[in-house]
Amino acid sequence: MSQTIVAANVGKPPKRPFWTERRRTASTAYLYISPFFILFLIFGVYPIFFTFYLSFFKWNAISPMKYVGFQNFALIFEDPTFWVSLMNTILMGIMGTVPQLIVALLLAVALNSAIVRFKNFFRIVYFLPNITSIVAVTLVFSVIFSNQGMANMLLDWLGVTTDVAWNSGWWGVKIAIAVMIFWRWTGYNAIIYLAGLQSISPELYEAAKIDGANSRDALFKITIPLLKPFILFTILTSTIGSLQLFTEPFVFLGTSGTGATRPEGITMVIYLYREAFTNSYFGTAAATAVVLFLFTIIFSLINLMITNRLGSSGSSLGGAK
Amino acid sequence: MNTVAVGEKPGFLQKTILYLILWLGAIMSAFPFYWMFVVGTNDRSAVFHIPPKLVWGNLLLTNMEKVIERILFFRSMYNSFILASLETVFVLFFCALAGFAFAKYEFPLKRSLFILVLGTLFVPQQLSLLPNYIIMAKLHWIDDFKAIIVPGMVNAFGIFWMRQYIEAAVSNDLIEAGRIDGCSHFRIFWRIILPIITPALSTLGIFTFMYVWNDFMWPLVVLKSQEHFTLQMTLRQLLYNRDGVDYGMVMAATFTATLPLLLVFLLFNRWFISGLTSGAVKA
Repeated sequence: MSQTIVAANVGKPPKRPFWTERRRTASTAYLYISPFFILFLIFGVYPIFFTFYLSFFKWNAISPMKYVGFQNFALIFEDPTFWVSLMNTILMGIMGTVPQLIVALLLAVALNSAIVRFKNFFRIVYFLPNITSIVAVTLVFSVIFSNQGMANMLLDWLGVTTDVAWNSGWWGVKIAIAVMIFWRWTGYNAIIYLAGLQSISPELYEAAKIDGANSRDALFKITIPLLKPFILFTILTSTIGSLQLFTEPFVFLGTSGTGATRPEGITMVIYLYREAFTNSYFGTAAATAVVLFLFTIIFSLINLMITNRLGSSGSSLGGAK
Repeated sequence: MNTVAVGEKPGFLQKTILYLILWLGAIMSAFPFYWMFVVGTNDRSAVFHIPPKLVWGNLLLTNMEKVIERILFFRSMYNSFILASLETVFVLFFCALAGFAFAKYEFPLKRSLFILVLGTLFVPQQLSLLPNYIIMAKLHWIDDFKAIIVPGMVNAFGIFWMRQYIEAAVSNDLIEAGRIDGCSHFRIFWRIILPIITPALSTLGIFTFMYVWNDFMWPLVVLKSQEHFTLQMTLRQLLYNRDGVDYGMVMAATFTATLPLLLVFLLFNRWFISGLTSGAVKA
């Protein structure tokens, strides 16, 4: 009897309590990270699958759901307003983003120059627009872009006599909204570029200069390639941001809170919002969300490819872009 | 301004262009704030004054009285304040806990779980808008602040941010010492970790507060009654008026609504900006 016990004890390690230090530590860690995963399952994972699921059903959020296959997608693709919203989103995105990133880079390079004083002051002022709420920004700009507002005053002063209908014209609306995006994000991106510029060692420029590089070479062979991760970051965030454009056009053109927006400024997210919360077409709204998601992925990939090429040609082909 | 860097290029022309660009950028950024203030302190005709009025008046209080007549301004400001504060407290607590676990604990699947956390950063919010609305309806949380607070109590960026900071700023020896002295896991977090990571908490706190304060779409979807509206929602109502918009009133309201965040920003701008750039560096 006693012999079997000894034999058994040789086979396995000495008896230990179940709650070893390691197990205790691991379970504590799981406990600490669990709030995120619980909330993420409920409000993140489940909703994504449900949106995809919902896009195949006809539903008004009250009566039973009815399977319709790809009909919701067919419906939105046949709806001219959907295409207008897509067109608007892309146009306003490009108009707001491209000048913004160029000017941001310009500001960052200027700010990074060795002779600039009050660097901190400029940095603070440039970031100011970003903390203001989009609703407040839109209200201020809707004053500037009202019929007799400052924008038209400026045009008069410049000798352009025809007033632009900023809140109803096809291009007027887009320009006004692009200006709002530009104002809000230029300084933000300038500060990100500045951080990137400051991470480049000045010795690199010294060495290049000794090797006979001019300032153009320095820009295309050192600055832009090394700034690439930062440029990529800003392009990706601005692209994703512009695809989700909602508040500016919604507040600028919305009427009495019904969510209806003039076709000049409707975006994909406003279209989605309107399908769901004004018309109670949850199926087509879900289909719109799916399409929006696919566009986000496609545009992000295109951006990645372009930025990759930009960086590699900058370093290997000598700035031919 | 007369100090020329030793030896090299800063010619007078170059320097002038440089400062011209920088000041143009600064004026562009700051002007709308000043303009808000000017129009908000003048009567309704000031907006269309030619040439543009650039001097402030003394009608801010009169304009604010009109605002209060039209919308529940201070009530909604209070709502925004409560929502943003509560949300910030939750985010700081849960993100710090999770960040601590990811930085200093060893456990199975740690790497994969952390990558999963980061992956969620790339999912657009709109994709889950409708189901989340339906969930809120099922929970009877429509028009309830819980609908805003609960889904945002912890987020991926906050966890990532906290993990990076804790990993760099907290030494393992310190935690070890705490263990030897017999501190419980939670006590170590509460008494040792939290005090060390105050700078990271400040940055995350400011950003969370700002995000909730300025959010518009989700509150618009889930809040229904006037007395639950957030500041951004009530501000919007000022723009719709049958008898022409009183811009003096509108700007007085936006100015007053922007003031709290403006003050917070000017007090903590260092943390704001460091938080902003470190997010970019790592992404």
